[in-house]
This record gives sequence, C-alpha cells and structure tokens, in this order.
Amino acid sequence: MYNFDVEQPTTLADAVQALSRDEAQPLSGGQTLIPTLKARLAAPSVLVSLSGIDEMKGVCSDDAGRVCIGAATTHATVAREVADLYPALAGLAARIGDPAVRNRGTIGGSVANNDPSACYPAAVLASGATVVTNKREIAADDYFQGMFETALKEGEIVTEVKFPVPEAAHYEKILQPASRFPLVAVFVAKFPDGVRVAVTGASNNGVFRWSDAEAALGGDFSAQAVADLKIDSADMISDLHGTAEYRAHLVGVMTKRAVAAIA
Amino acid sequence: MTQVTMTVNGKAASGDVEGRTLLAQFLREDQGLTGTHIGCDTSQCGACVVHVNGEAVKACTMFAVEANGATVETIEGQANADGSLNVIQQAFQDHHGLQCGFCTPGMVMSAAALLKENPKPSEAEVRHYLDGNICRCTGYHNIVKAIMAASGQDVSAIAAE
Repeated sequence: MYNFDVEQPTTLADAVQALSRDEAQPLSGGQTLIPTLKARLAAPSVLVSLSGIDEMKGVCSDDAGRVCIGAATTHATVAREVADLYPALAGLAARIGDPAVRNRGTIGGSVANNDPSACYPAAVLASGATVVTNKREIAADDYFQGMFETALKEGEIVTEVKFPVPEAAHYEKILQPASRFPLVAVFVAKFPDGVRVAVTGASNNGVFRWSDAEAALGGDFSAQAVADLKIDSADMISDLHGTAEYRAHLVGVMTKRAVAAIA
Repeated sequence: MTQVTMTVNGKAASGDVEGRTLLAQFLREDQGLTGTHIGCDTSQCGACVVHVNGEAVKACTMFAVEANGATVETIEGQANADGSLNVIQQAFQDHHGLQCGFCTPGMVMSAAALLKENPKPSEAEVRHYLDGNICRCTGYHNIVKAIMAASGQDVSAIAAE
C-alpha cells in the first residue's frame, strides 16, 4: 500500500471541504477500499474518513413512509434496525460478507462503489430508492450507470438512501463462497403499481432491471409466470466462477425462487 | 505520522502511525501483541479478528487511525484475571477445537462476539457466524462443538462427522 494522509472530519461540511484536496478519496467502512489499496489499484494521497460523521448514520422513516438510511450506517446496524420496517432489506444486509465485515462495511460505501456483484445495488434499484448526496437526490434508475460507474460527480458524497417499502419483497442469492459476494442475486419488489426485479452479479454493465420478468410478474405474480423466461447471456460476466450462460441461467432460477418466497 | 491512543485490553496504548498503518500492524508491531494473526491480509480468513468498541472487526481491514480513542480487545485480553483460560478458550482445549492454532485467536474472538449477541446459538447459527473465519486443519467440527460447549449447551449428542 502506498502511503496517504487520513482526514477524520466529524461533519459533512468538513468532509466535503477535505475532499477538495488533490487526489482525495472518501473512505467509508473500507471493506472494499482497503483491499484495493493493498493491491495498489488505487493510490489516493488523502483518504477522507466518513465514519466519524454522526449526521450520516442511523435509520429512520420519513413522512412518505420511506425507510431512510444514513450512508455511514453499517450493514450490521441495517440488519438490526430495519428488520421490522423492511425485512427483505434487513435480510440482505444480514447476509453480506461475514459478521466482521458487516460491522465495518456501510450502505453508502457499497452504493458509491457499485461493484457489479454487490448486494445493496440490487435492493436500491428494485426498491426504486433515492440516493441522496451532499448536492442532490438521484433516482436509482438514473444512479447506476455500469460496472463501478455511478452518477456521482467528483467530490460528491452519498449521504443517505431512501427506500420506498414494497408490499412484499425478497432477495435471493447464490453465493460465490470464496469472496462471499453473490455469484448472481435477484431482488424482487412488489409494489401496488407494479413489480421491480433487479439483478446483481450477472451483467458486465453492473446491476440492472430485468424488464421481461417485471412485465410477466406484473400480470401474474407467481413463480410460474417466470418459470420459462430466459435472459440473453450476451452481456453476462464470464469468469472462472461461472460462464455467461451459467449466470444467465441463474438469473432465471434466482428470480423464480425470490418470487416463490413471497407469492 | 499521527499519534493514536486507544485502550487495548484495558490498558492505554499509544504510538505514532502512518495513514496506511493497519490496526493489525499497530497491535502486532507497535504493541507487540502478536496473538492477532495475519493470515490472508485480504479480509477473507478472519485470523485477525479483534473487538473494536465491542464489535468484531478484521484488524487487517481497518486503519489504526480509525481506532483512535477506541476500546480494543484482543486474544491477549481474553484469559481470566488469574491467568487461567476463559470459558471459550477452555472449551477449545477440551474439545480439540484447534490443530495448528493459527486461526484460533480469530475463532475465539468471533466466538466471543457471537455468544455476546446470541448466548445459546444453534449449531447452524454458529456455523453461519463463522463464515468469515477460515480454518485449514480441523474441518470446523470441533470448533463448532467447542463454541456450543462454551455456551453451556450439551454437546455430547454432536457426533463427529
């Protein structure tokens, strides 16, 4: 790891200020960034730690009934505190990585990094959540823009994620046991005005909505409705853990299981 | 260099660290607490698990400056005040929960965190909680058994697989 300075602001305003320094990068829970730094895949000169900023932590509900989660809230805290408000989201948080990772890793870090196999982006996209930054609010549909690509601009910090709560939802994943990331996972969310299906771990373009499944489930919310649905493997990830065809197959299986769990 | 001060196993510990100094390095190289092991150094194996402010974390994936002001517990602080093994450590010995011993500090610290939040875990819960602790010797069976025994449950029915 190359060396760097660490800034530890206690307010969002100070963090934004610190990020204006040359080659500065935000540090949240560090569960992805620290291994990345060790591999010298990133070489910031300043890391701005967000974990001391109390205004970016915690869970609440807003007037619209949305579950609002501060970006610096750990997975373990989400698993505990969202259990009654949005069980499928709490269940997702409770199965990220392992207990020690969940005590450090944060929702904001996961959403800002947009790893193509991360869990949270699937929940954010399937829920039609809103990503709040220090500058603006971004709809999930506009936020995720490809593998490790988001709508975030230089110096912009995710401060909160606001989740509309569906009538029913389920997150189904098949684990890649070495990394404990999903090999493929699907988040299905059923709202009064339609169904949203988000897939992670599968596509070279990162998390995406499977519109064919959404259309099929909109008319008939049953595992049967998606039983014969196939997805094209052309844009799927192919690596030593699984071929593109295998991942495309798993998208169908995970979707079916997710629907079966709640239908 | 930045000066950090934390409470490690009940005692004040301070030192000068670089931004990149990991908590595991600070504990091992600065404080001489080499019981916290670095196995993979990529946050997979869990040999470096310590408690920071009461929560299990991987000390290889946290910077020392992030633990400034924190209360840190390591394997060196687990024994009873008279130096005898604590309940979890004793159970590992009684049930042969280790072979080479490299993963054991992390296993014991993870077990302690588990039993604090779930005093009577089921076997499945123990195995799930140990997701982030890798042992290459024992096949986990006796580790799981030791943790169940440490929680005061009867493990005589847990046969060797």
